[in-house]
Amino acid sequence: MENILEIKNITREFPGVKALNDVSFNIRRGEIHALVGENGAGKSTLMKILSGVQDPSKGKIYLNGKEVVFKSPKDAQEVGISIIHQEFSLIPYLNGFENIFLGRELRKKNGLLDKKRMKTEAEKVMERLNANIDLSKPITLLSVANQQFIEIAKAIAIDTKVLIFDEPTASLTGKEIDKLFELIEMLKKSGVTIIYISHHLEEILAMCDRFTCLRDGEWVGTRSVEGCTKQDIVKMMVGREITNTYPDRTSWEKKKEEILLDVKKLTNSVVKDVSFSLKKGEILGIAGLVGAGRTETVRALIGADTTDEKEVYINGKRATIKSPTEALTHGIGLIPESRKTQGLILGMTVKNNITLPILNKISSKAGFLSRKKEESLVNKSIKDLLIKTPTMWQKVKHLSGGNQQKVVLAKWLNTECNILIFDEPTRGIDIGAKEEIYKLMRVLAEQGLSIIMISSELPEILGMSDRVLVMHKGKVISQLDVKETTSEEVMYYATGGVGK
Amino acid sequence: MSNLNTETTLTTKNKTMAKIKDLFENQEVLILVAFLLLCVIMTIINDQFFTASNLTNVARQISINAILAVGMTFVILTGGIDLSVGSVMAFTGTIMAGMMLLVGIPPVYAVLIGIALGTVIGYINGMLVAYAKIPAIIVTLAMMEASRGLALLYTGGYPLSGLPQSFTFIGRGYAFGIIPMPVLIMIIVYILAYIILNHLPIGRYIYAIGGNEEAARLSGVKVKRYKILAYLISGVTAAIAGMILTSRLASGQPMAGVGFELDAIAAVVLGGTAIAGGRGHIFGTLLGAMLIGVLSNGLNLMGVSPYVQLVLKGVIIIGAIYYSSWRQKD
Ligand SMILES: Nc1ncnc2c1ncn2[C@@H]1O[C@H](COP(=O)(O)OP(=O)(O)OP(=O)(O)O)[C@@H](O)[C@H]1O
Ligand SMILES: [Mg+2]
Repeated sequence: MENILEIKNITREFPGVKALNDVSFNIRRGEIHALVGENGAGKSTLMKILSGVQDPSKGKIYLNGKEVVFKSPKDAQEVGISIIHQEFSLIPYLNGFENIFLGRELRKKNGLLDKKRMKTEAEKVMERLNANIDLSKPITLLSVANQQFIEIAKAIAIDTKVLIFDEPTASLTGKEIDKLFELIEMLKKSGVTIIYISHHLEEILAMCDRFTCLRDGEWVGTRSVEGCTKQDIVKMMVGREITNTYPDRTSWEKKKEEILLDVKKLTNSVVKDVSFSLKKGEILGIAGLVGAGRTETVRALIGADTTDEKEVYINGKRATIKSPTEALTHGIGLIPESRKTQGLILGMTVKNNITLPILNKISSKAGFLSRKKEESLVNKSIKDLLIKTPTMWQKVKHLSGGNQQKVVLAKWLNTECNILIFDEPTRGIDIGAKEEIYKLMRVLAEQGLSIIMISSELPEILGMSDRVLVMHKGKVISQLDVKETTSEEVMYYATGGVGK
Repeated sequence: MSNLNTETTLTTKNKTMAKIKDLFENQEVLILVAFLLLCVIMTIINDQFFTASNLTNVARQISINAILAVGMTFVILTGGIDLSVGSVMAFTGTIMAGMMLLVGIPPVYAVLIGIALGTVIGYINGMLVAYAKIPAIIVTLAMMEASRGLALLYTGGYPLSGLPQSFTFIGRGYAFGIIPMPVLIMIIVYILAYIILNHLPIGRYIYAIGGNEEAARLSGVKVKRYKILAYLISGVTAAIAGMILTSRLASGQPMAGVGFELDAIAAVVLGGTAIAGGRGHIFGTLLGAMLIGVLSNGLNLMGVSPYVQLVLKGVIIIGAIYYSSWRQKD
């Protein structure tokens, strides 16, 4: 097979960081080529260069044997390279077809927008994608999965020859992932070359033809997926073997009895009469499909959203929680699912993000911030969680996606809450760091922290939780003991519990 | 062990690098350079510029805008704006004058009443923005109209003149015989603002709210409270500026301070504070106010017409902001 893309000696430097160092490899026409590597390895940066979002400090790109230079994403799109970003780039208040045609709106002869034609064209694309999404709704009202479909539709609506996916499945659940894979297969059949970044190595083994591994900005190797095992890839990525992702089960199989948190009749526009309890030192998993109301449940619990009815008891005592601040004073913290819009203040430094909820604790008696306390605390977090950043004064927006997630985690771990709610805690985190985070969660639980973990990854739910709450359409449909359940059973309930 | 050592040297090296980079990223540095350059040019082309009397004069002129701009910085950092400060200045100033002249209250109490009034107005602005969720530009525009109206109503449209010397001392006198009082007040206000913004949690919260309100809220920051606080501070600094202006003019003038809010915004923005909030520095604001002040003083000395000055001011603001947004691009 011939090469469609040749990447030659690409180097990219940022102040204090060499994100890519002399990277060269080729992408073959019509293949699905995976890109793997730890958080901060340079995957997204390389793809941004390929798609004209950033320019390389050094190096060249050849498309079909001819050198190409992109000054903007539009240049790349014009020769047929599009990217679905790790962090979506849709305009929230525009609707589906407006987003799909953003920047190349169709017009009538008189120069006005031809909304009708855009709508029908967009619907045609959605049909091709086999997706049923209301395109006249503003993007913000769509689920994450549907937003992603719109992103893909946006890329496909133009004649794309190379389509880059940067961690597309990080925010999807089972069925949606299957649907995405079908879509990718279909695109491949129609001749589109695909570059695929993911931390889910199973996906890569199942779907990709070849993969390239980056480590610390350097090229480690490009190999055929055939004959490779997960272990082989991990070893290339991390440079060591990782055998057991989830902590050893025996260590936490002792019974937890003491009920710490009792939630009753939680009701608002999305969740209906949700009741559950959380025991001291346990990890309670909440499973369900996207849109099942899991995030809404915990947001309502901590007072981030309004509720029509809610009874919360902490240690048996009634507690009113009307705002996240009050939740924090009761020792409850939520690590939100979207780091960019809810978890982080992107323009602030790593240090200032991490200490935001605990400024009172690092202030002197007179109320002044103590620089020393703050810096040593942040330093410790950076070490503990292996956050890859040149300094603690780096703005968070300049970190890689996975490292941003670690900053969010660090922020909440420092609050010393006794109940922490993790909403998709390992989204976009590499396998080595995942292992670290799982270990950490388990250690914290053993020290008496109670954890609620929302996750769309079944293995994570089953590997980490003591008990599992399954939600469907805003209701708790089942509570399962993890020792006695299977992924089939969880899925059965997550899809509504019918037709067993 | 050697491994550890290289690691630490690396981080200190990175630290200094990050600091240097920060320095150049800061618009304050740029403005400082521009300011010094302007001073040098003025000194060269006009021998009246670098004289003690002119410099104290400039400093005194700058102080009012600079103080207004402090409150404006707080508000803009949260992502808001305060258009009411010019009118609030006039309103609080006329109230202070009225308290002394019409009611016969001693200056100290008159000043306190005026500042309390500014605080209340700021608080109302803040409440409307934070709780009623009306856009700041609307709330403060309405407050700008209302305060001006109240100032005119209170005075019947005429200046209240003949203020006691103990009060006019604030605007005309000197501390320790050399520092003009307004300049001293300005310095104190800036030091306090610096401490609040950089060494107290409040400051961090204000930056956080402007950076990402939802993330700040979920981090347990009392977003509404600190938003209100920002407007409240703006009301206070407007009242302080009103006090200085009233005492300099030795009369409470209901039509004073028209358009001052725009100069304050210009100072903040020139000083490198992002108009969308979350980023900026209080001393940048001071430099911005100084730049504007020295520029108009210099142009005055050179006999440039005020009309031309307005045009020049516009050009400089756009130039500076364009430069900074161009530099911000990755
Ligand atoms: N604009 C920027 N300014 C400074 N540093 C940057 C910038 N963009 C990326 N970096 C740095 O470059 C390195 C590579 O980042 P990149 O986003 O490519 O990683 P990644 O492989 O995609 O990681 P992840 O799996 O976490 O998404 C990181 O150390 C990151 O901090
Ligand atoms: Mg990435």
